[in-house]
Amino acid sequence: MSHIFIALVTLALAAAPVRAAGAPAAPAPAAPAFFAAGLTAADAPNDEGRAIDLSWTKAPGDTGGAAVFRGYQILRAEQAEGPFAEVGFAIGGKTSFRDNVAEGAVHYYRVRQLSAAGAAESETVGPVRAAAQWFDASRLNVLIVTVLLAFLLIWYIERAKKGEELFIRKIQGLDAIDEAVGRSTELGKPILYSFGLGEIRDIVTVASLAILRQVATKCAQHGTELLVPNWDPLVMAAAQETVQQAYSEPGRPDLYKEGNVSFLTTDQFGYAAGVDGMMLRQKPGAVFLLGYFYAEALLMSETGHSIGAIQIAGTTAITQLPFFIASCDYTLIGEEMLAASCYLKRDPQMLGSLKGEDFVKAALIIGFAALAVTGTVGVVLSRGGHGGLASVFQAIKDWFVTA
Amino acid sequence: MKKEIPLAITFLTGVIIVVTFFIPHQPLGGMQQRLLIWYSIVLGFTLLLGVDSLLRSNLQKIMRRAPGWPYAVVVVAGFLATLAAGIHTWATTKDLLSLGSSFMYIYTYMIVPLQATMFALLAFFIASAAYRAFRARTLEATLLLVTAAIVMLGRVPVGAEIWDKLPGLQDWIMEIPQMAAKRGIFIGVALGTIAMSLRVILGLERTYLS
Amino acid sequence: MKFFEKLASIDRRIIYLLLALAVVVPILLKLVLPITVSEPVKSAYAAIDGLSDGSVVMVSIDYDASSAPEVQPMLLSVLRHCFAKKHKVVMLGQWPLGLPFGEIGMTTVVDEINRAAQSPADSIRYGANYVNLGYRPGYRALMVGLGREFRDFFATDYRSAPVDSLPLMRPIHNYNDIDLLVGLEAGQAGDEWIQYAGARYGLQIVIGATGVVAPDMFHYMQARQIKGLIGGLQGAAEYETLMQHPGTGTAGMVPQSWAHLLLLAFIVLGNVGYFVMRRKKA
Repeated sequence: MSHIFIALVTLALAAAPVRAAGAPAAPAPAAPAFFAAGLTAADAPNDEGRAIDLSWTKAPGDTGGAAVFRGYQILRAEQAEGPFAEVGFAIGGKTSFRDNVAEGAVHYYRVRQLSAAGAAESETVGPVRAAAQWFDASRLNVLIVTVLLAFLLIWYIERAKKGEELFIRKIQGLDAIDEAVGRSTELGKPILYSFGLGEIRDIVTVASLAILRQVATKCAQHGTELLVPNWDPLVMAAAQETVQQAYSEPGRPDLYKEGNVSFLTTDQFGYAAGVDGMMLRQKPGAVFLLGYFYAEALLMSETGHSIGAIQIAGTTAITQLPFFIASCDYTLIGEEMLAASCYLKRDPQMLGSLKGEDFVKAALIIGFAALAVTGTVGVVLSRGGHGGLASVFQAIKDWFVTA
Repeated sequence: MKKEIPLAITFLTGVIIVVTFFIPHQPLGGMQQRLLIWYSIVLGFTLLLGVDSLLRSNLQKIMRRAPGWPYAVVVVAGFLATLAAGIHTWATTKDLLSLGSSFMYIYTYMIVPLQATMFALLAFFIASAAYRAFRARTLEATLLLVTAAIVMLGRVPVGAEIWDKLPGLQDWIMEIPQMAAKRGIFIGVALGTIAMSLRVILGLERTYLS
Repeated sequence: MKFFEKLASIDRRIIYLLLALAVVVPILLKLVLPITVSEPVKSAYAAIDGLSDGSVVMVSIDYDASSAPEVQPMLLSVLRHCFAKKHKVVMLGQWPLGLPFGEIGMTTVVDEINRAAQSPADSIRYGANYVNLGYRPGYRALMVGLGREFRDFFATDYRSAPVDSLPLMRPIHNYNDIDLLVGLEAGQAGDEWIQYAGARYGLQIVIGATGVVAPDMFHYMQARQIKGLIGGLQGAAEYETLMQHPGTGTAGMVPQSWAHLLLLAFIVLGNVGYFVMRRKKA
């Protein structure tokens, strides 16, 4: 089913691939009988017109190691009669080759097999041209799912704009920000905030910036010192701007110290050592570990625990979640991190996108359950000779497999 | 304008990358590659931002004799020494990884042991955290405790010596219940990432612009 | 009751000391345990073994000194396996501080093979049998970009020699020219290789990962998005067993077993103390 679907779209959207005529334009060289037959050359599908796909059936002599059968030389020419030059080599055992060419130019191909018994050349195939396609048909499944997802999300954002009341459940870790800042202020201790090893392009880092904004605003209100050691220079620049802005709003730009939002190192454990050192020397009252973390997660959170700081952690790095749960007071699990900016801002449009996300999730759960039932019943029925449902399941499964 | 221009750039870049995923034809196909090359080059330069911040904040600490300033001296000296060794190695051998060069000397005898030590500390921290956290307080905690014990034993050869079914049981835990829970969180994170990306592209999420 | 109170709150310095002993003593005594090879490691071995002789294997060094004790034995075994099968190796790295480990591993294996070579045909040369491309910043961009053309990112190898001057690199333009990627991972790069190079371009991938990262790779293995998985020091030891070339992976199995047993003992003791104290309070 999927193949029919893709074929239809390919026909509608893509430039028709130019298949090799296969007719030898020049007399084929004398090829020993054992040579691989059926050489074809065709434009590589779903690309920008830079490749030709060659394929052949395996030569009967193509067995054993490289000592017996060396492989296939790929020969290319601009004209059917030649001259042919080697453009690539496929080792024994291979039956295809992708040749990189310029778009539009005409090419002719031959394949020469090299074995201990001697060399033999195939007949010429061509003319063949590489053409660019306007749509990558192999990615149709991704397109459909992306459009559906985007549609649902935008639909809920629009509904929220119209003023629909939207509920969001409590996220304890985010509610605890006030408590953490308050306690640090009472104790006269600074606050430490880390993004972990996330880059600025990581969505979880962007989400963490929204939480930093909230933390920095509270710090500015209470006059508490905020330390943000960074692993990524770009995240540092964004964090500096966020903290500076947060301090300016309540009219406390004087409290902002650039040195407090600084770069440490791009080395994982160098960074962990740096942050741990800051914790042990400056004894922050609250530690926020929000972003993407690897093995340094526990090194940092255990040190935070040992100095008795109240710790709020959150990450989308699933492997590190158990470590945070074991050593921190509050942990934001996976998507709770990503919902943070919506939760803290309570902006109806942002909440709308969360609602859309929930709807998609519900649809996925129903879809998974339906597929699991279809697959299971399909297997049971096919044992009784009714393979219909199993093939429906297989078709849906194939459609989702991209490569 | 301070916000509109960055938002427009974000929108355009986001849309181009999404569209080029589906359209290989020129000019879009090549455009994606060009953006990726730019990204790679720009990223190389961002390290200078970090170096600037690192040196500035540490030099300030030294000047002000801030608490712990001798550490700042070590940082600056370490930075300069590694840089000098790197330049010297490059100038003399044209090969930074040339074994036996001054740069590789710093790498082998300072960076390697320091990094290895830091990572090794993890074993100790895991031990103390596991000891503290793994208490059979409730039924769920007990289940977690028993599962952890099976996995820990099943992952090492001694597990098979104790009971030959342990590695198989460990595999089952890792492949079925563990995987199911993880996939659940994974799908949630993926959906959250898509929603968040869409909010960024549409300009609803602006926190990163401050 | 004091005793049980203490059991429930053992000083962590004591835990640290005993753990250190559990690791150091078996290493000094050079104890060995028999190793059973798991399915994911067998699959990884089969993926390299099943390639035709002379295939191109790309090895990505995505770790550094901190995780080298776990991953370096994998690199050595994989390189030995590749060269034994006459495969060609293209090395690159996503962790700049890991590149020297790639180079050290390569030099070790190449010297080993060249010393044992009976004829020039058996020896291994840079540029013909292996190359090292080095590192470029922005690994996700790189992984997508290499799917189109290697030269857009690696015009030269790590010694600044133009890639077209290396016979091995001349026919390699994109992932179509790579038969297998072995990603040696201590972080997120493994996921990225699978998502960007594997899913997008159909690159065949085997992952070798640290014990912390490996659980994140199991679902890819189950969904057949990777051809094999070498997980943690145990995985390294299993690959060494398959190669019949025991090394530091195998040697590390006894300390690891003891450390796990000790950890379990602590957890049990902590719980005993906890229960006695709870009963007393009740």
